[in-house]
Amino acid sequence: MNINDLLIEEKNKKLFMLGNEAAVRGVLESGISLAATYPGTPSSEIGDILSKIAKESNIYFEFSTNEKVAVEVAASAASTGLKTFTFMKHVGLNVASDSVMTTAYNGVEGGLVILVADDPSTFSSQNEQDTRHFARQSNIPLIEPSNPQEIKDMIKYAYELSTKYNTPIIIRTTTRVSHMRGIVTIDEYTKNTTSKGLFKHEPMKHVPVPEAARKMHKKLVEKIEEIREESNNSSINQIINNNGEIGVITSGGAYNYVADVIKENNIKANILKIGLSHPFPEDLTRKFLEENKEILVIEEVDPIMEYEVLAIAGKYYINTNIHGKKDNTLPLILEYTPDIVLDGIKKLFDNLTINKPIKNTPTEIQLPTRPATLCSGCPHRAAYYAATTAIKKLNPEKDTIYPTDIGCYTLGIAPPYEAANYLLAMGSSIGTSCGFSKSTDQEIISFIGDSTFFHGGIPPLINAVHSQANFTLVILDNRITAMTGGQTNPGIPIDGMGQEAPAISIEKILKALDIKFIETINPLNVLDMIDIFKKALDYEGVSVIISKYPCNLINKKAIKDKNKIFIEEDKCILCQKCLNELACPSMSLHDNKIEIDNSCTKCGVCIQVCPTDTIKRED
Amino acid sequence: MKNKIYKICVCGVGGQGIIKTSLILGEATLNNNENVVMSEIHGMSQRGGVVSTELKIGDAKSPIIEEGEADIIIAFEPVEALRTLEKTNKDTVIILNTHPIIPATISNDEKAYPKLEVIIQELENKVAKVYPIDAYNIALEAGHLLSINMALLGATSAIKDFPVNKELIIESMKNNLSEKTIPINMASFNNGYESCKKLQ
Repeated sequence: MNINDLLIEEKNKKLFMLGNEAAVRGVLESGISLAATYPGTPSSEIGDILSKIAKESNIYFEFSTNEKVAVEVAASAASTGLKTFTFMKHVGLNVASDSVMTTAYNGVEGGLVILVADDPSTFSSQNEQDTRHFARQSNIPLIEPSNPQEIKDMIKYAYELSTKYNTPIIIRTTTRVSHMRGIVTIDEYTKNTTSKGLFKHEPMKHVPVPEAARKMHKKLVEKIEEIREESNNSSINQIINNNGEIGVITSGGAYNYVADVIKENNIKANILKIGLSHPFPEDLTRKFLEENKEILVIEEVDPIMEYEVLAIAGKYYINTNIHGKKDNTLPLILEYTPDIVLDGIKKLFDNLTINKPIKNTPTEIQLPTRPATLCSGCPHRAAYYAATTAIKKLNPEKDTIYPTDIGCYTLGIAPPYEAANYLLAMGSSIGTSCGFSKSTDQEIISFIGDSTFFHGGIPPLINAVHSQANFTLVILDNRITAMTGGQTNPGIPIDGMGQEAPAISIEKILKALDIKFIETINPLNVLDMIDIFKKALDYEGVSVIISKYPCNLINKKAIKDKNKIFIEEDKCILCQKCLNELACPSMSLHDNKIEIDNSCTKCGVCIQVCPTDTIKRED
Repeated sequence: MKNKIYKICVCGVGGQGIIKTSLILGEATLNNNENVVMSEIHGMSQRGGVVSTELKIGDAKSPIIEEGEADIIIAFEPVEALRTLEKTNKDTVIILNTHPIIPATISNDEKAYPKLEVIIQELENKVAKVYPIDAYNIALEAGHLLSINMALLGATSAIKDFPVNKELIIESMKNNLSEKTIPINMASFNNGYESCKKLQ
């Protein structure tokens, strides 16, 4: 699919779309005027696409400083009557949560959809929390699509609900739904013509001072009960009757496995497919429970619908057996697969014959692992090499804590650097360094990326200076938000729509905090960087090194222009320092010779690491 | 083909063009008026890690292939083919790129990477047929190493009973590859096709 296909105006065309592409089409067909996000996988591609097509489709789009700001931008804009959109990964919702909670109280005039992408099995996240809890806590309706077509269609439905009930709506996807491709039949799209709304002054509706907040909360819980009626009758909550012997209640990505497994194996099961899962469709579920003697709830991640179902059965004294995660019919954690779902369903039948081919057993050959690594020539590698070398030279006995943060550089956890040993969340490297500084005498070197620094690093750094903490902070400024695919951030002179924008200087922020030790250096000058580390480690107080060099992803021209690196074989003493201490993935040992392969990006750090002057750059 | 669901697993290493190849196959299927679903993994896997996609052609809702049910594995890397064995059964067919990518973790101990002959033997013991394709050299001869994915796609299209025909795949390639790379990619695709035909 070509990106321009997303802007096709006529309906009924079929496209092979990624879930995240279908989300973009969904908001375009809904007629949004504004979108804001902070990139996070598995939702990142939505922002990548919007940043490319925003101008052409007359939508304002920004990569906000963090998810909380993104929600504030989208919520306030929606209060002026515009349709707006914000999206993030599940842990991004934690950052945004303070403002999302109150957005539910304030309500929205124009329509607001918050897409949150959960990551069961943590393919690219630090936890596998379930966003559906948050819908219950905040009293925000939540919708769970199962495939790209449903993502598109349910986003449109979400905007209808949002404008009808003046409430934000959460769309909850999972990695397998966001990163699934399927055939999507598109509907009509017309280019947005509304770029300005009008804010009406109603302080008792928009400012939750205690007197107003109490009334707003009452109204909110009444609203949720009204929408529960909608949920009972909604076309996205449906019973699929197969004359089954059991009843399966399922939602989202898990529905796909259920549908395939019962079809391929001729299993007699009725399905209650839940699309609008908060407020939960109580009457519809009651009917389903009364019709089925054995119930299996199949959902990813937490047993949230299962508790709803148990409560409904209890409330109405329905005599049915309810199975799921709580009785270990299905696993409590990690994403599901068709095999896991089949294993669960089998437990409800006495003798179910399944005709499956016999799978091959895994090989007994020892397979090498292939962990993700920092790219060849990555400036972070040079920074890690410099930090760990300086520590070894300066004080090899002293134990060092390396609080780290979220980005490519978390890969510094791997040998030989092993320079990542404490991590909580975006920006936590600096806050946790404050705590370690007050509670131990160990050496502390913490690492944070440029985008993460803007996102959540500034308040804890103010804390560090004010509390007179003692640690060395390395800001790995590679001029991009790299891990999620290369989005802009406030340090870059370009905004989310590709237009020129003021770049925020990290150095000026540090100076404004009156930090006395600030050194900015290109980490590829690795010997100089080792010296700077030694000085920083000697410094009493907060010392900051800005390790500044562009990520390979955005530096292709400069890399191309550099001269090649080669090895003078006769000089090499095979000490393997380049392999064992620098661990550049472009270097390897073959037939007793060090070789550099064509993945080399000519950074030249190995030249400085080599003790015998064996590695050279061509003239 | 209309009744049976055809299950394809594409595996290899980040940067080999696996997602693009799968996308081309998927769109070709759509143009053949058949249903197709596909799964891809992004994120941490892109930094030199393992990348795989799964496709189901036919009346399926989930793209995740059940253990032992892959009809074909398109392996962009020999060790990665071995890693997918649990998805295969005795009737599975494997297209195998014979060029290994040695993981950075064993750059100083080559012995830890299994020998190609051992890998092929192991695969042949367990599945119906292995087609070893020298996609690396096919791509180089075609004009660019990056066309390695099209060599393997060409080889795949030569498999008997493969549900998407060659012409539709070529049409989809033209929609999804930049125009100036088409001659190289086509040469690589055709040579991949021929080299697989020869093995049949």
